[in-house]
Amino acid sequence: MALSRDEVLKVGTLSRIRLTDEEVERFAGQLSSILDYVDKLKELDTRGVEPLAHALPIHNVLRDDEPRPGLDPQKAVGGAPDSTDTLFRVPRVIDDGSSA
Amino acid sequence: MDVTDLTACRMRDALRARDLSAADAAEACIEAIDRLNPKVKAFLSTDAPRARRRAAEIDKRLDAGEDVGLLAGVPVAVKDNMCTDDGQPTTCASRILQNWRAPYNAHVVERLLAEGAVIVGKTNLDEFAMGSSTENSGFEATRNPWDLDRVPGGSSGGSAAAVAARMTPIALGSDTGGSIRQPAALCGVVGMKPTYGRVSRYGLVAFASSLDQIGPFGRTVEDAALLLQATAGHDERDSTSVSETDEPVPDYLATLDEPVAPLRIGLPREFFGEGLDPEVERAVRDALAVYEGLGAELVDVDLPHSTDYAIATYYIVATSEASSNLARYDGVHYGHRSSDHTDMIDMYMRTREEGFGDEVKRRIMLGTYALSAGYYDAYYKKALQVRRLIRRDFDEAFETVDCIMGPTSPTAAFRMGEKTADPLTMYLSDVYTASANLAAIAGISVPCGFTEAGLPVGLQILSGVFTEERLLRIARMYERETDWASRAPPVCEGAS
Repeated sequence: MALSRDEVLKVGTLSRIRLTDEEVERFAGQLSSILDYVDKLKELDTRGVEPLAHALPIHNVLRDDEPRPGLDPQKAVGGAPDSTDTLFRVPRVIDDGSSA
Repeated sequence: MDVTDLTACRMRDALRARDLSAADAAEACIEAIDRLNPKVKAFLSTDAPRARRRAAEIDKRLDAGEDVGLLAGVPVAVKDNMCTDDGQPTTCASRILQNWRAPYNAHVVERLLAEGAVIVGKTNLDEFAMGSSTENSGFEATRNPWDLDRVPGGSSGGSAAAVAARMTPIALGSDTGGSIRQPAALCGVVGMKPTYGRVSRYGLVAFASSLDQIGPFGRTVEDAALLLQATAGHDERDSTSVSETDEPVPDYLATLDEPVAPLRIGLPREFFGEGLDPEVERAVRDALAVYEGLGAELVDVDLPHSTDYAIATYYIVATSEASSNLARYDGVHYGHRSSDHTDMIDMYMRTREEGFGDEVKRRIMLGTYALSAGYYDAYYKKALQVRRLIRRDFDEAFETVDCIMGPTSPTAAFRMGEKTADPLTMYLSDVYTASANLAAIAGISVPCGFTEAGLPVGLQILSGVFTEERLLRIARMYERETDWASRAPPVCEGAS
């Protein structure tokens, strides 16, 4: 199935990836051909087949809810591009009302 | 003789007998890396001073008669998608994590250190382990030591090339759809994907969490067994890590030389069909004849969903999981942030535009598309249904055979740039390997000969969940009859 320019741009936005015009063109073609290939799966009759998200049985793993040492907060934020002591610093999220 | 010619097990014997010092073993690897890495580009980072200090400490403890562990003094390389808190970066070969330093060690890194290993460096990969040639590295492409104009395979191409070029005797890789076995085949070394859950994924940077598994590279089956022994076992920090009550870790080295008899080998006709290079097929058929000579019985089996359908399934499941896992690279928590942005959303979008390479962008977008409203049932749910069919095929096959054999990769190493323009042709490099990840079973690639051009060929052996002990013995049966492991690639010549 062929993806349109608009669809690629929409997926780019959902993926939080900015795309140049050239990339939109290129990815539209490449993603379309991958999706065409994946369409092979439609040949298979899977009515009544239970989906398999994990190939081995998985269980909830619980432990007693008791405090124990974790990662040091300074260390945890130390790899961030912008941080202050134990906090991540981010661009302003809430509009201060000064812009339209 | 050159220390780098020693396998990890022989190096370990010499270290324990004090015929070799850990310092000399480390120095030999550091020297080999200095000489060969500019050509092969297997390592993204090394820390020779730290390796020397560590080796000196191991020597001291060995001299004092201490039991330093399974890998006492043995140099090891680690794929750069496993966290190390020793000051070396953990980059996943991505610009988004360039210079990022992990605040903790991966479970496997803790295990290596507890067993006395000397970690000499972090190896190159396709960015976030997405690729089959290591050309998707955000920094540089690794070369195949057997022919520097060809790819080493991927995504663990750096680890495979490091072991093939004898820069370290053993290395860790990760395998999501073939990323250990395929580069092992292309570089002429042994590479194993253990059963999902056998080795903890704690500290392995997540790509596709239901498929990712860490495993060993070595030049011999024995070395792969040694490194698996050192890293396998339960870890409570990975909730999918299997409990040792359910599945205790056997002593892989103790039984390695016991042949499996009787041995029934399943041959899926799907693994010998269209697209398989005749020279690869010949080498694999010769290997099967060796097993027949050892008394094994060859049986036809059917894995009707395990080639084309497996690739289609894999590229939906893996990309869907990746689109979620890679959401964490948002310019807030780790690594790179775009300096140029208008608001928060714009910051995310520019950060990810600048930080990710094309293949990572493609896969995040494909996974996002497959999970998006209106397409979920057609793609993601459908893929999970086919995943169950793939698992059933293997379950049925393993009712009648002990293992399944075939080629690891449809071709020997291809030329740099040959498949980069068309992502789909690159994906088909994993046509025989991806099904094992979808089914969670164990698999290994062992060298089984060379093409006329002198490129290595790999034999893939697959076996059921948690049967690594038997799988290693089956692989060892063949290895003992051949001497492929003794050949060194041309790049090593003129070493001493």
